[in-house]
Amino acid sequence: MSEEQGYSGNALNCLKKYNAKVSDSIKITSDLTYSGILMPRYESGDDKHLVVKLASGYNVGINVDEIQEIVIISSSEVKPKRDQERKEDPDLPKILLLSTGGTIASKVDYRTGAVTPALSASDLNEAVPELGKIANIDTEVLFSEYSENLQPEHWTEIAEKLDSLANSDYKGILIAHGTDTMHYTSSFLSFALAGFPIPVALVGSQRSSDRPSSDAAINLIAASKFLVESNTRGIFLVMHHNDNDQTVACHVGTRVRKNHTSKRGAFETIGGHPAFIITEGKIEKNIQSDFFKDTKYNPRMKIDTKVTLVKYHPGYDPKLIENLIQTGCKAIIFEGTGLGHVGRTMYDVIKNANENDLFLGMTSQCIDGRVRMTVYESGRDLLDLGIIPLENMTPETSLVKAMWALGNSNNADEMKSLMLKNIASEF
Amino acid sequence: MSEIDFEKIGLKVGLEIHQQLNTNKKLFCKCRPIESDEYTEKFSRSLRTAKSELGKLDPAALFEKTKSKKINYYANSQSSCLVEKDEEPPHDLDHDAKKISLLISSMLESKIFSEIHVMRKTVIDGSNTTGFQRTMLVSQGGNLKVNGKNIGVQAVCLEEDAAKLLKDEQNERNYSLDRLGVPLVEIALEPVSTKPSGVKEIALTLGRLLRATRMVKRGIGSIRQDVNISVMNSGVVEVKGVQQLDQLEKIVGYEAKRQYGLILIGEKLEKLSITITKEDVFDVTEIFKDCDSKIIQNALKLNAKIQAIRIRNFSGMFGFEPYSGIRLGKEIGQLVRFFGIGGVFHSDELPNYGINDSDVDKVRKHLELEDEDGFLLIAGEDSKLDYAVNSIIKRIQDATNGVPAETRATTQDGETIFLRPRPGASRMYPETDIPSISVMPEEIKLARENIPKSWDESIAEIQQKYDLNPQLSEQIFDSEYIELFEKICENKKNSPNFVASILCSSITNLERKGLDALLLKPEHIIESFDLLASSKIPKESLEIIFESIMSGKSENVSIAMQSTDISSMDEDELNEILDKIIQNNIELVKERREHAVVTLMGIAMKEMRGKVSGKIVNDLLRKKVLEL
Repeated sequence: MSEEQGYSGNALNCLKKYNAKVSDSIKITSDLTYSGILMPRYESGDDKHLVVKLASGYNVGINVDEIQEIVIISSSEVKPKRDQERKEDPDLPKILLLSTGGTIASKVDYRTGAVTPALSASDLNEAVPELGKIANIDTEVLFSEYSENLQPEHWTEIAEKLDSLANSDYKGILIAHGTDTMHYTSSFLSFALAGFPIPVALVGSQRSSDRPSSDAAINLIAASKFLVESNTRGIFLVMHHNDNDQTVACHVGTRVRKNHTSKRGAFETIGGHPAFIITEGKIEKNIQSDFFKDTKYNPRMKIDTKVTLVKYHPGYDPKLIENLIQTGCKAIIFEGTGLGHVGRTMYDVIKNANENDLFLGMTSQCIDGRVRMTVYESGRDLLDLGIIPLENMTPETSLVKAMWALGNSNNADEMKSLMLKNIASEF
Repeated sequence: MSEIDFEKIGLKVGLEIHQQLNTNKKLFCKCRPIESDEYTEKFSRSLRTAKSELGKLDPAALFEKTKSKKINYYANSQSSCLVEKDEEPPHDLDHDAKKISLLISSMLESKIFSEIHVMRKTVIDGSNTTGFQRTMLVSQGGNLKVNGKNIGVQAVCLEEDAAKLLKDEQNERNYSLDRLGVPLVEIALEPVSTKPSGVKEIALTLGRLLRATRMVKRGIGSIRQDVNISVMNSGVVEVKGVQQLDQLEKIVGYEAKRQYGLILIGEKLEKLSITITKEDVFDVTEIFKDCDSKIIQNALKLNAKIQAIRIRNFSGMFGFEPYSGIRLGKEIGQLVRFFGIGGVFHSDELPNYGINDSDVDKVRKHLELEDEDGFLLIAGEDSKLDYAVNSIIKRIQDATNGVPAETRATTQDGETIFLRPRPGASRMYPETDIPSISVMPEEIKLARENIPKSWDESIAEIQQKYDLNPQLSEQIFDSEYIELFEKICENKKNSPNFVASILCSSITNLERKGLDALLLKPEHIIESFDLLASSKIPKESLEIIFESIMSGKSENVSIAMQSTDISSMDEDELNEILDKIIQNNIELVKERREHAVVTLMGIAMKEMRGKVSGKIVNDLLRKKVLEL
């Protein structure tokens, strides 16, 4: 937050005039007298109000123009919080919690109303004490970003960090992650770290962790239990299964998608059941085969981001594909309609793209279901033009895999072969 | 029992009213607040306590945590959406609710803030799915005129109502989401020195001011009173959820007496200088293994432990009653009940309840008690016992100070019982999902210009317009049927007096018999009065129709009429038929006079074939026969 804590213009001038700072206990003489603590202001607020927390606990906005005087009653010192000693239980396994963003645990200061993330191990233990009975948890902050701001470089950074831990004694690794793009990250890690010996669980929360109803702690606890008890390998995404707090789902990282903007149970495994379901601590296994098709750990972390996801729709301008070819795009993943179709207005550009050696993969905007292009004429035409059907891979996973395959292959054939090979249960 | 001089004991009462608004939408979504017994959805949650940065848990929240339960929510998709389920962020603040709260603030001359901030107030008993209540301070200060006196207004807030508790069991709690999110205006008045009857006056006046807006809900549950009570400037006790005005006076009186009694107890205790430490707590489970007390035995079966607390010099203090029913032993019993611990005994009431002299002796010996010492026994689960014991010790120590600040609930008998510790101050933090709400000068101006007629003026208007007596005018205006009344009277076909009486008395009487007024819809009432207006049914049948619908026997007016044999026959037609029957049996009538009615009834009912109620026929026949 900026030094002025969100205040600007007239409001900031008023504060400067009376030498008042955020967190000060002040008395404002206006149309009435108001006593309280000066609060920070959202940067999107206007410059006409000061925000004060009254003794009742309510925040109110006081019009700067009506203020006659501000008296500072006392200034607060920000006391550095002593980090509490955390007891480790030698009988419990070790887990690492890597934070990338998203508040999986937070603290509320009722005095100021501030909500701060609980990032340290001791903070976490205070916020979710149940974890202390499941494992000894080390914490590390990798970076702190809203997941909508994440870029492929972040995926690589996470992958490299995990790779460095491949020989560690951690029983499992938790990754705290924002929910918006969690499934993109989980997909990348699944390919880049194929065969990774330690189970990984990405965890997030749909409802902010400052609120008593948050799904954060429950997801964390379930994920930890899962890592410690399931004796499995793979990259999983662990979130509420539905609107109840009793059931948490572990989804295969390459077959999961965020299918609702805000519900707890927003994440769903596409075309099947979640790999594991944890109901009040009991783990039920649904996955029939191994997560990684090759058990040998084979880290390939390079990436080439010149891939585009194109959602076809009636009225799609084929020239946009021309632009892609021009700007150096190397692979296009189509989200076609139905069984994997695009309109024939696209045929010419597709032919062109193919001749320019772009990889052209087909998925469906139906999301669920298998792409099958031999059934209808349109499909067969597209096959002839060089489109590669990607079976039942989700569009997002296909996009990520294409970036990964491009980065880890030397030619078009190698790339195609990688794309079609089942590496991490993505098919 | 001596009479209490409320003025002498410095009784101060601060009234807080929560009034539901009649916007027909919820505060942060467009759902209609329909109450229903049918639930289309069910889901379960558990709420976690949030720790404040100081590492201290809010006392009320911690209290709830020790009772952590699974919470089951029931929702009807007509009245709840993802917002109520806490599966979606709140929508924008409802504009109508905002307007009404500005109006109410203006009526109370309360100073409206130009920027309102929505806050989250932590509530983790489960009554809010998010674990907090969204509330905002709209205005501060102001006054309310009650019988010529000015009562200060502290604040006017706009907030969401909570879910309704359906069931509360050992490990689970059930709530219905119908009511969650309904807009409420909370008006907090300054504490005033007054008698219990004075509180009722204040509440009545405030309620009337709200009803005068015509924009608040009416009926049971639409307005709830909380009272903050203190005597002799001692701890303030909040008594929650007084629904009926008549109860209010009784409850304030009881609570004042209870508090004064505690002060008297406190004065006695002060002279004794009580100290209780860890050394005074003993495990006495072994001693009671073979005890005859059912309560003890039941507890032991569930693997409970029994602890005893030694309190020096305390003999007689548990049972000391400055006023009937007011004693420390009872206070402790109530406190502990909320931990789910039923077994608490104190030395003043033993031997009793299956605990005999020998048991008591063993305890006294084990605790090394002198004659003037007292003790407490508590049986409960290990996990709860420590916290309970600490709470009891604190309660006894606090007793020296008189009245501890706490939150209490009411009972049917007009008494108060312990509910939970008073919540820590300001367990509120900003609701960051909703940007701050501006109040423009134009909005305030509009509110001021639209201040409605006062309640007195409204009553006078109704009296005049409909020619009702003052009492009936008040009744109908205060009831939930005022709009319906005016609609029915529009066509001027029914006597307003009659309509008002039916709406005010008959329906209430039927409710008192246990029937459901919710089943009687406005359409039914309007239709019935229409039928009456066109002489298709007699006056008497209205109540019969209402009864049939409210009992659930009939879904609508037609069915009610059929199933109760109400006349759908013209009055003239009926008279014709009855006159004919009398003529045909004139000899019998002349001979037996009113006694002939019985026979005539048989003939008449056969002919009516169930189209007219027996009572109507009977009355009419009697009348005709006597006229002859």
